[in-house]
Amino acid sequence: MISQFFILSSKGDPLIYKDFRGDSGGRDVAELFYRKLTGLPGDESPVVMHHDGRHFIHIRHSGLYLVVTTSENVSPFSLLELLSRLATLLGDYCGSLGEGTISRNVALVYELLDEVLDYGYVQTTSTEMLRNFIQTEAVVSKPFSLFDLSSVGLFGAETQQSKVAPSSAASRPVLSSRSDQSQKNEVFLDVVERLSVLIASNGSLLKVDVQGEIRLKSFLPSGSEMRIGLTEEFCVGKSELRGYGPGIRVDEVSFHSSVNLDEFESHRILRLQPPQGELTVMRYQLSDDLPSPLPFRLFPSVQWDRGSGRQALNVRLHLPLPRGVVSLSQELSSPEQKAELAEGALRWDLPRVQGGSQLSAPLLPPSFNGPPSHGLSTSAPPLGLGPASLSFELPRHTCSGLQVRFLRLAFRPCGNANPHKWVRHLSHSDAYVIRI
Amino acid sequence: MPYLGSEDVVKELKKALCNPHIQGDRLRYRNVIQRVIRMPGVQEYIQQPILNGLRDKASYVRRVAVLGCAKMHNLHGDSEVDGALVNELYSLLRDQDPIVVVNCLRSLEEILKQEGGVVINKPIAHHLLNRMSKLDQWGQAEVLNFLLRYQPRSEEELFDILNLLDSFLKSSSPGVVMGATKLFLILAKKFPHVQTDVLVRVKGPLLAACSSESRELCFVALCHVRQILHSLPGHFSSHYKKFFCSYSEPHYIKLQKVEVLCELVNDENVQQVLEELRGYCTDVSADFAQAAIFAIGGIARTYTDQCVQILTELLGLRQEHITTVVVQTFRDLVWLCPQCTEAVCQALPGCEENIQDSEGKQALIWLLGVHGERIPNAPYVLEDFVENVKSETFPAVKMELLTALLRLFLSRPAECQDMLGRLLYYCIEEEKDMAVRDRGLFYYRLLLVGIDEVKRILCSPKSDPTLGLLEDPAERPVNSWASDFNTLVPVYGKAHWATISKCQGAERCGPELPKTSSFAASGPLIPEDNKEREQEFPDSGALMLVPNRQLTAEYFEKTWLSLKVAHQQVLPWRGEFHPDTLQMALQVVNIQTIAMSRAGTRPWKAYLSAQDDTGCLFLIELLLEPENSEMQISVKQNEARTETLNSFISVLETVIGTIEEIKS
Repeated sequence: MISQFFILSSKGDPLIYKDFRGDSGGRDVAELFYRKLTGLPGDESPVVMHHDGRHFIHIRHSGLYLVVTTSENVSPFSLLELLSRLATLLGDYCGSLGEGTISRNVALVYELLDEVLDYGYVQTTSTEMLRNFIQTEAVVSKPFSLFDLSSVGLFGAETQQSKVAPSSAASRPVLSSRSDQSQKNEVFLDVVERLSVLIASNGSLLKVDVQGEIRLKSFLPSGSEMRIGLTEEFCVGKSELRGYGPGIRVDEVSFHSSVNLDEFESHRILRLQPPQGELTVMRYQLSDDLPSPLPFRLFPSVQWDRGSGRQALNVRLHLPLPRGVVSLSQELSSPEQKAELAEGALRWDLPRVQGGSQLSAPLLPPSFNGPPSHGLSTSAPPLGLGPASLSFELPRHTCSGLQVRFLRLAFRPCGNANPHKWVRHLSHSDAYVIRI
Repeated sequence: MPYLGSEDVVKELKKALCNPHIQGDRLRYRNVIQRVIRMPGVQEYIQQPILNGLRDKASYVRRVAVLGCAKMHNLHGDSEVDGALVNELYSLLRDQDPIVVVNCLRSLEEILKQEGGVVINKPIAHHLLNRMSKLDQWGQAEVLNFLLRYQPRSEEELFDILNLLDSFLKSSSPGVVMGATKLFLILAKKFPHVQTDVLVRVKGPLLAACSSESRELCFVALCHVRQILHSLPGHFSSHYKKFFCSYSEPHYIKLQKVEVLCELVNDENVQQVLEELRGYCTDVSADFAQAAIFAIGGIARTYTDQCVQILTELLGLRQEHITTVVVQTFRDLVWLCPQCTEAVCQALPGCEENIQDSEGKQALIWLLGVHGERIPNAPYVLEDFVENVKSETFPAVKMELLTALLRLFLSRPAECQDMLGRLLYYCIEEEKDMAVRDRGLFYYRLLLVGIDEVKRILCSPKSDPTLGLLEDPAERPVNSWASDFNTLVPVYGKAHWATISKCQGAERCGPELPKTSSFAASGPLIPEDNKEREQEFPDSGALMLVPNRQLTAEYFEKTWLSLKVAHQQVLPWRGEFHPDTLQMALQVVNIQTIAMSRAGTRPWKAYLSAQDDTGCLFLIELLLEPENSEMQISVKQNEARTETLNSFISVLETVIGTIEEIKS
């Protein structure tokens, strides 16, 4: 049972406030929440807070605080799940979730909240049921973008860009306005993996953990069936092995309840009729045995260790240094890169790393009596150095090796051209730690 | 606004509510009810449309109308429960629309709050179980919560229900999985193997939530993992790697993970866990580094040698924030595990240069005082402190210094005599802080009495391993927390929750509320379960013992003789024990000791007293006969009230039972 729901901006300004039961406080609860949150001592958790018979439970999502208050001892799992579902729902209806979109669509948000929750009880969160009741249309701002110009193409010729969807293409409201018929039928399918790795100082792997997700965002009219074909070598659990090539194995898989698994056993095909909006089709986990080698290695230096032709983006190395190190001299290979000292640690930013390349950054802290680069040749490294952690994004690469073979739609829209289908593969780091 | 005006506006409104067209437009109908319902004085107009709404053809209208009944009832809190309406709502539990069903449960729960909420009998329970698959995840989670109050009649029925619930343990929604787990744990109260089995099956979803992208979910899952670990320490041991911290995680998650690592450590993973924790000790964030060091100190109670070695290495870093915490950890460790004293004493020299804060200094000085005879340069380190005592800002450090120096003087008089004199002189003549001056004077006069007297007072034991046992809660049975699972209790932590519910309890016990309402208002807990909780946590339940109500021995004797024995009971008791431990444990639950025989005397006797918040006085005699292995308890009460007597006796039983367990 929820008493109030509110959305605060990252600076604590209330954007949305709704009181469902009229039994508590008033608008200043939102302010109270923010004061409590900012005044919290470092070792206490802000997720659930208590004040005067009222529990505040919140999540942070795209820079916003989504908060509910309740006076009862409720299930925290359900409430957090509801909050993240609300975040997705608002994102679906407003295009994307953010301070700007929320404040442009206040009426729509209130209308949604009215339907989702009644008297503090969840009624429904399915996009399908809600769309019958929602009258307001989303206001989307279309900022001027150079991309629009470039995709027009010279003399009407098709350019390379027009075959690639802009990265912001998926962030638009699900409900196409009823008047606008030119809306594209599009499907976005993302295979996203989060990698957390721990490598010991001698290079041996201590922990590998891959959390993968297949996310689908559909703008097709609901009820249209689609089939997603996964790599045939894909297998679940340790016992099963398929094909002769290197198997792609994951430890645990869970599917969304709307997925039909009839063809999964034989052909690794997922059949589903997705509702409009975002949906996590499949989640999987893989630990310890990784089929492909790890993307980065750090001997004395960081090495990007995959086939050429690919690249990693936004690589950042974070290396705590012993206290007393106040400055360091650097020789970096390109001006794009940046290395700086902050809060007793080294930060080395590499906007782009080409596949197969080996980078070195001879960094020499003056007060540090060691070999020029952190060589492992001599004695053990001093205490207080390391462990180094990397953060990065690897487009078009999955660490488990899982690929989407095809995405077929049974549905043919009348009049319109074939629906656009976009498939992305992406790995990014959750924690990539290398002990020195 | 048409709703806030005069008589004719209300009339207009009434007309509008009866208008079939407006009812046809569901959205408007619903919004009207929603808004109007908050206004006092319109109930008579709203009642009929809501009752009509209950029989509406459109399920959308029925959903709103069902909840509208609860709104209407709450608006007039004092009004009597309308029996016909309740019956109608009960019959709507058979509605076609799943949301109407769930709303009915919610509505009934609110309307019948005074009577303890909606009643789940056998037909309703089975009906709900069969409809479960039609509900969405929110409905499922809620119904699972309502089903908690259903008590199956037979074992067969129980296992039928468990089989039906099985599929929900595999749900992709964590809320449903945890709700189902809780229901399993509660229903299978008497089958520990079923409970363990369920906890094994929920391991996967919990671990997935622990590494989830949503930090908030991750935190809540970690809290529940800790809860499970209290009962099944080995449960997550093989998954220890999942609880390694990554540097981008927020502070509160890291702290939780470190706690979990501490609790799941066993012979197989201790090496890896310590390795990982050692990495955290040099973390950029000083707070986190200190938490990691304390965690190593916690593990050191079991794996002393490895941990002391790591801690000693950390001293080599010569960093203030690390050294001070390491020394504090050493102090606690030496007290609990005397076998590591030698290693600690060897590590100590040299670290005084890197300690600046009060806590660290106190710890170091205490160690130097108590174990000074094993540390060659102890007097010289203390001498430095004595030299600088004038510029010392913390009075607590000065007091510690006085005691330590006097202790060291007993073992190494030649080296300490001179500076002890100087310190005493300073404390008595120049010190401004009264407490320090008093302490100085006290020691001075003590020394005047003679060295034997000083020894008798200051040479207290140097370690007490039993304290660790008292501090470490023994493995708690699953049933002790099953009712807290999937609630906010594990998230806040039990101690914090107790203070929260205490202030809420104080508010509720106001005179205007009858007792039953405070009972039902404690939320989704089931009645049967409530009773159990009261027995287990007497402080937060019905019985409230008042702290520090010390009776004089004479008064006790007089009252004891004038009263009759209200209750007599015999508990099993074996072997020797330390009376102080018992006294301390009783103190925790606010039972005071009046008199007690010495350890080992036979027959052993103890007289205790306690008083609850209503003024009811309990007098207790414990008797341990030499020949039989039983403890006889006699309780007298100055007011004959069986309820409080029963809860008091269960408190006493729990305490004595706990001591008995620790002993064995």
